[in-house]
Amino acid sequence: MSADQRTAQLDAPLSETTRTVTLVSWKSAGVLLAVTALYALLLLAVPHSGDTRFLLSQRGDFFQIPVIVLPAAPLAWACGAVMLAATAFVVLRTARGSRTPLWVVAVFAFAGLTGFLAWAGAGSPRDLSVVGLLGGAVLWSVPFVYGALGGVIGERAGVVNIAIEAQLLGAAFTAGIVSSVTDSALLGLAAAVLAGALVSLVLGLFAITYHVNQVIVGVVLNVLVVGLTSFLYSQVLQDDAATLNSTTRFSSIPIPVLSDIPVLGPVLFDQPLLIYLMFLAVPAVWYALNRTRWGLRLRAVGEHPKAADTVGIDVVRTRYNAVLVAGAVAGLGGAFYTTVYLSQFGENMTGGAGYIALAAVIFGKWDPVRAAFAGLLFGFASNLQNVLSVVGSPVPSQFMLMVPYVVTLLAVAGLVGRSRPPAASGEPYIKG
Amino acid sequence: MNAPESSSEESSEQEAGRDPSTLDPGTAEELEQERAREATGPVGDAAPDTASRLAKALHQTMSSPWTVSVGAVVLAIVAGSIMIAFTDEEVKAASAYFFARPADTFVALGQAIGGAYAALFRGSVVNLQAPDLLTAIRPFTETLNYATPLIAAGLGVALAFRAGLFNIGGQGQMLVAAAAAGWVGFGVSGVPFPLHLLMALVAGIAAGALWAGLAGLLKARTGAHEVIVTIMLNYVAFYLISYLLATPGLLQAPGSSNPKTPPTAETAQLPPLIGDRFNLHWGFVLALLAVVFVWWLLSRSSAGFAFRAVGENPRAARVAGIDTGRATVSSMLVAGGLVGLAGASQVLGGVTTGFSSDIDAGIGFDAITVALLGGSNPWGVLAAGILFGAFKAGGSTMQASQGIPSDIVLVVQSLIVLFIAAPPLIRAIFRLPDPNRRRTSKKKTKATRARKEAAA
Repeated sequence: MSADQRTAQLDAPLSETTRTVTLVSWKSAGVLLAVTALYALLLLAVPHSGDTRFLLSQRGDFFQIPVIVLPAAPLAWACGAVMLAATAFVVLRTARGSRTPLWVVAVFAFAGLTGFLAWAGAGSPRDLSVVGLLGGAVLWSVPFVYGALGGVIGERAGVVNIAIEAQLLGAAFTAGIVSSVTDSALLGLAAAVLAGALVSLVLGLFAITYHVNQVIVGVVLNVLVVGLTSFLYSQVLQDDAATLNSTTRFSSIPIPVLSDIPVLGPVLFDQPLLIYLMFLAVPAVWYALNRTRWGLRLRAVGEHPKAADTVGIDVVRTRYNAVLVAGAVAGLGGAFYTTVYLSQFGENMTGGAGYIALAAVIFGKWDPVRAAFAGLLFGFASNLQNVLSVVGSPVPSQFMLMVPYVVTLLAVAGLVGRSRPPAASGEPYIKG
Repeated sequence: MNAPESSSEESSEQEAGRDPSTLDPGTAEELEQERAREATGPVGDAAPDTASRLAKALHQTMSSPWTVSVGAVVLAIVAGSIMIAFTDEEVKAASAYFFARPADTFVALGQAIGGAYAALFRGSVVNLQAPDLLTAIRPFTETLNYATPLIAAGLGVALAFRAGLFNIGGQGQMLVAAAAAGWVGFGVSGVPFPLHLLMALVAGIAAGALWAGLAGLLKARTGAHEVIVTIMLNYVAFYLISYLLATPGLLQAPGSSNPKTPPTAETAQLPPLIGDRFNLHWGFVLALLAVVFVWWLLSRSSAGFAFRAVGENPRAARVAGIDTGRATVSSMLVAGGLVGLAGASQVLGGVTTGFSSDIDAGIGFDAITVALLGGSNPWGVLAAGILFGAFKAGGSTMQASQGIPSDIVLVVQSLIVLFIAAPPLIRAIFRLPDPNRRRTSKKKTKATRARKEAAA
């Protein structure tokens, strides 16, 4: 419907009135309405009574907050009312011709999530740990966020980085071996960075120097690294697992004072080094891309390589540079698997995380900060199952696990819409 | 023999014909002889003018795309050999005393590498150790059996590629197709053989088509990127199937608590193609029909023309009056149907004893590589699917008899695709001449020079 309206407006003669027309899309209002309706349907179809126990602090915290016990049904309906109000607000705004502000969507999402959790945990004798929910989300988002940052850097320079999966897996493998042999998680991390950059070098060699279709190189590299690491895992690592495949992990470093803040403290400030690094990496990548000469050149090469070449920027060199940095950043994410999450490498242990990171890149519209938040969302989705399995969910767990992906689908369809990649993304540059 | 070679020979004839110093117009027969001689290798006693012609013909052969492909395969096999050499236990043991008895190391190397590739051949093409002919050709039928879903799903990905869409959703499409086909396959009873099979096939194909069509619809209507949508639909399908498999009365086998379906009914199974002794079933014929169908669709139908136009340049296609949204949706529908055929053939022919949520067996992702190796062309996909099927069949034999993890097959496969995609690299490694350099067209030489500058 909106598409028709848009074309109708475009087709109309360019008179004074049409010049001031702003394009308003009813899509976001529609999606919010649909989600609210689904939510209400869920509450009506599977009513739940009882209390939900929200656990906000952990044992041993400086500030102890008692478990908040709330009646589930009223809370869930109250959240539904907030969602409805947010939807109504958006409908009114759209009718008046203004855009949907982001904070309304945020309020909507928060209300929806709280209501959903209240409903899911209703009547359960166990506590629903908010810290576990959010802290786990941050932890799980590590490979997605780093992977998405790597993807953003590559694509902004005009090289589609589908090899994120390969970079993550290769880095996890290398970090595992190095940290096992040297007993140092830091050396493992360094090795992961090198491994990610090495995969990138191969990507660059084929995509930049030999002009091979970047999607082909990316997909093939993913398969190649799965094969290579699985082969070496069964041929080499398994024979001598004690020395080669028992990694030294990063331990959590609580930041004094900050980690004592209720809820947020343990979620954000009691984490391993790799996660603090991630908090720094997101703004750093944003700054590097948008506020430095390096970033300007990189984006120029990604949007219009010919123009960049004309003003004297070495396109090939800039792209190699960007791809190597991208691989190194993605490599940091790969280190998560063997230096934070588990203390051993397993065959194909990334299990498609690179593709999710790729989705985060597109979801975040090729912007590092948005892509990182998209990664965080997927991290939350991955962690949800752990939390809900503790509480014991009323609907089949498979549907709970599906929810984040359905929400992503709706969000991509309704709120993000047509995403525009960097203009020269995927185009090899042939001089002349 | 094969099309590209003959066409390059034709062009050489034309070119040579234009140049009187190298070719006497009346000696076509002699030219044939030269070609035959050239095929067997350089001949020492050739006359000077023959030598120059010979050099030219040699140049021609060496710069043909097929030589590059052979080079790519050789290189990938060398890489695989290196991996085996470095990880083989006996080679390691022998190399410990390399300087005392170097021969041992080489013998061990030869045995490890030779054994591996012999097993790969034995498991995928023909088993020469077999007592009778039927057992001897069994490996090749296994290859075709493995190739069946790869071809079908590869066609689905390739078709989407041609319409400018990257279909990473093969996993989800295969899962829903398998579930639908399986449900009809064991849930419906009392229907006679060909009809029941047909119903199950149609159900599977339709489910795959709808699942992919959903992605196409979202893309066409809202502009949502198909990469995200298809990946998300993979997860949704996976959890949906997991739920159906874990719920009694839906897909779960009655009286069982495992997330596994009951076996497919006899009346819904794809019958064996060449006798009960072989696993190969009629699904392979369906895959072949699908190849012909996609070829027809892409190169002979107006819908296919619209797909390709949208894939090449959506803006130009829209200007030319093609409904791009409709092309997107319908190309995804067809692509999903093809992947659905792969899913259906898995449950109706491959795994008829009941399946669980790993029935897709990674084929949805393998299909991407198959489509890429096949150049998104139906005949190419057929060849690539059979090649990858051979690798799968041979890989398991290699793992069983030589203890070499079949993952090495993934490495060799992906290297082949990579190298084939980068002819300049292969030419540089094997010092093959560049076909572009021979052409005198100014534009071409300029482009070559520019490419070299860009590479430097």
